Amino acid sequence: MSIYTMGIDVGSTASKCVIMKDGKDIVAKSLVAVGTGTSGPARAIAEVLENAKMSREQMDFVLATGYGRNSLDGLADMQMSELSCHAKGATYLFPDVRTVIDIGGQDVKVIEIENGMMKNFVMNDKCAAGTGRFLDVMARVLEVRVEDLGDLGDKSTKEIGISSTCTVFAESEVISQLAVGTDKCDIIAGIHRSVAGRVSGLCNRVGVRDRVVMTGGVAQNHGIVKALVDQLQHEIFTSPLTQYNGALGASLFAYQKALKKQQ
Amino acid sequence: MAKQVSPGVLALRKVVDDVYADAREAKKQGKLVGWSSSKFPCELAEAFDLNVMYPENQAAGIAAQRDGEIMCQAAEDLGFDNDICGYARISLAYAAGKRASRKFDPETLEFIIDPKSGKPLKDENGNVVIDPETGKPKKDPKTQVPYTVLDDIHEIEALPETTEKEIAYKNFRREAIKPYKQMRIPQPDFVLCCNNICNCMTKWYENIARMCNIPLIMVDIPYNNTIEVSDSAVKYVRAQFDAAIHQLEELTGKKFDEEKFELACKHANRTAQNWLKVCDYLQYKPAPMSGFDLFNHMADVVTARGKEAAADAFDLLAHDLEQNIKEGTSTLPFPEKYRVMFEGIPCWPKLPNLFKPLKENGVNVTAVVYAPAFGFVYNNMDEMARAYYKAPNSVCIEQGVAWREGICRDNKVDGVLVHYNRSCKPWSGYMAEMQRRFTKDLGVPCAGFDGDQADPRNFNEAQYTTRVQGLVEAMDANKKD
Repeated sequence: MSIYTMGIDVGSTASKCVIMKDGKDIVAKSLVAVGTGTSGPARAIAEVLENAKMSREQMDFVLATGYGRNSLDGLADMQMSELSCHAKGATYLFPDVRTVIDIGGQDVKVIEIENGMMKNFVMNDKCAAGTGRFLDVMARVLEVRVEDLGDLGDKSTKEIGISSTCTVFAESEVISQLAVGTDKCDIIAGIHRSVAGRVSGLCNRVGVRDRVVMTGGVAQNHGIVKALVDQLQHEIFTSPLTQYNGALGASLFAYQKALKKQQ
Repeated sequence: MAKQVSPGVLALRKVVDDVYADAREAKKQGKLVGWSSSKFPCELAEAFDLNVMYPENQAAGIAAQRDGEIMCQAAEDLGFDNDICGYARISLAYAAGKRASRKFDPETLEFIIDPKSGKPLKDENGNVVIDPETGKPKKDPKTQVPYTVLDDIHEIEALPETTEKEIAYKNFRREAIKPYKQMRIPQPDFVLCCNNICNCMTKWYENIARMCNIPLIMVDIPYNNTIEVSDSAVKYVRAQFDAAIHQLEELTGKKFDEEKFELACKHANRTAQNWLKVCDYLQYKPAPMSGFDLFNHMADVVTARGKEAAADAFDLLAHDLEQNIKEGTSTLPFPEKYRVMFEGIPCWPKLPNLFKPLKENGVNVTAVVYAPAFGFVYNNMDEMARAYYKAPNSVCIEQGVAWREGICRDNKVDGVLVHYNRSCKPWSGYMAEMQRRFTKDLGVPCAGFDGDQADPRNFNEAQYTTRVQGLVEAMDANKKD
């Protein structure tokens, strides 16, 4: 009989769920654009179950991860850190991965992987610079949608430096650039380089080994990925499933736990 | 049931309490009381029978009592930048006369209770009592405390005492200052500063000396670029010891007492040896104690290492631990599953939050750098100068790595948890490189978290918990390899 497992990733800005069959096939997934402390997690769970046409009771094991992993009273059988789950998810997507860069809503993590297991990791300090939240703030100031940042940055023709590493100061730097009539696309490309500069510092602390995989919502922004490739001088792989990567890893760990439970 | 405290721990607590009480008494009797940095050669002050208080220990205590933030803010109000060390800010605010106090009504002279304070009220079955009106747990009135406010000792002392009402008000305001020992230390008559422990110390103590208009006795220890301390460096420090002795002679009007000095050295050496003995018990697997306790016992190493009572108390603790080994018991309140080195000073205001995920995951701290850093023994004044040259922030990275990797190997750690302490730039600055070395040389995972030794505003519990969990999962993966 097949084993069905659910992984829930309750992030700071989005809630993601993945249901898998026998730890191999993705049966259904869901994403709600609000995270912990909101209706997001419950909605994401309801949605993924609906997509799979299944019920919670049919799940053999449910594992939660992410910033709000402890807030799912009774909904999950277990919780694990998003670090291990991202390592697991990335290994599923790219079996020979050695370095995972995950830029989430308020965290940046760089994970060193050996034989599919997390060996070491580095995370950002107590500062939002270089995170998804930083990009949200910038998109708001520039009056563009965060998902359009990548395409807009491609149109840049002039190199503008956003030197501040602090979100608040960078915001005022962007406002100053807008005030002097700098093209939005050039500013956006500058923002991408600024984020990449900060993230590459963390990468170098762990040590970058090929294959490098980028996960998390920000990996959908090809401007950031390109800026990071330029800084690190390593090819970076992404997948359309990057934003689900934490939930995917959680679902894979849930499968291992379900197998153990059966024994 | 109340937690059983071993005779050794009780003895160590008493030693520190006595140091504070003796200083208060000395001040009352009109004797000189000094303030000293933690690794100033206490042997010199002991030779003159001087009572000395330790601002670092005081600040840690104030922070642990949750008054770090109000005192740090008081220092910021005085103009000190919030980027400087939290201990320094607390100490400078205190030196300026600022005190954390309890709010009261000046008319009735009754404390004003903070309704948000206190623990939840429990019924006879141990269940939390819910307030039917609010739907929230009721507070146990016995555990509720007054609001904390900032007061100023100089302002209090300047109050008039012409009427009975004025006298009563003044006395009550004096008494309203928080009653724990670290908030009640006497103002200094002189300061002893040795900057081996950190380079912010120099300006911190210069400020206290200027603020209180008192003498500063300074021993400067330059950063050591080599593992060995050169003879010329020893000469430089030795000459400063001689100058300090001369200054202390002038200050006290007494001659340097060689016998008392030698006795203090004997006690300091014995304290160091017994401290190391206690630290070495963490090599046992499982360890007979929670290594986090070492941070508490540092109070004795700092405030009383030149006293016989401290040496005896550590001896007693070593004896307790030996018993634990024989009986297979431990003071660790959970089974030890993982062993880590905790790098840096704890976040004193957030100690329970710091401990919680460690407890939940069965992580015991079995190594701290204070063990080798304060376990130094010497035979004469020159050797003493050499010993004081080596402190965590005055040694080169190679020595720093060797100290830590030595203790990690001996105490069999599975991982390293690094506190990137906003208060301590010299310490945190080289940790990124050290982390890399630990992983490369010892093959163990490391996790770093942001925090602060005294200012709670710099710590985020959710971030910390994720990093601890990540470290545990990485240690797990490492064990399976």
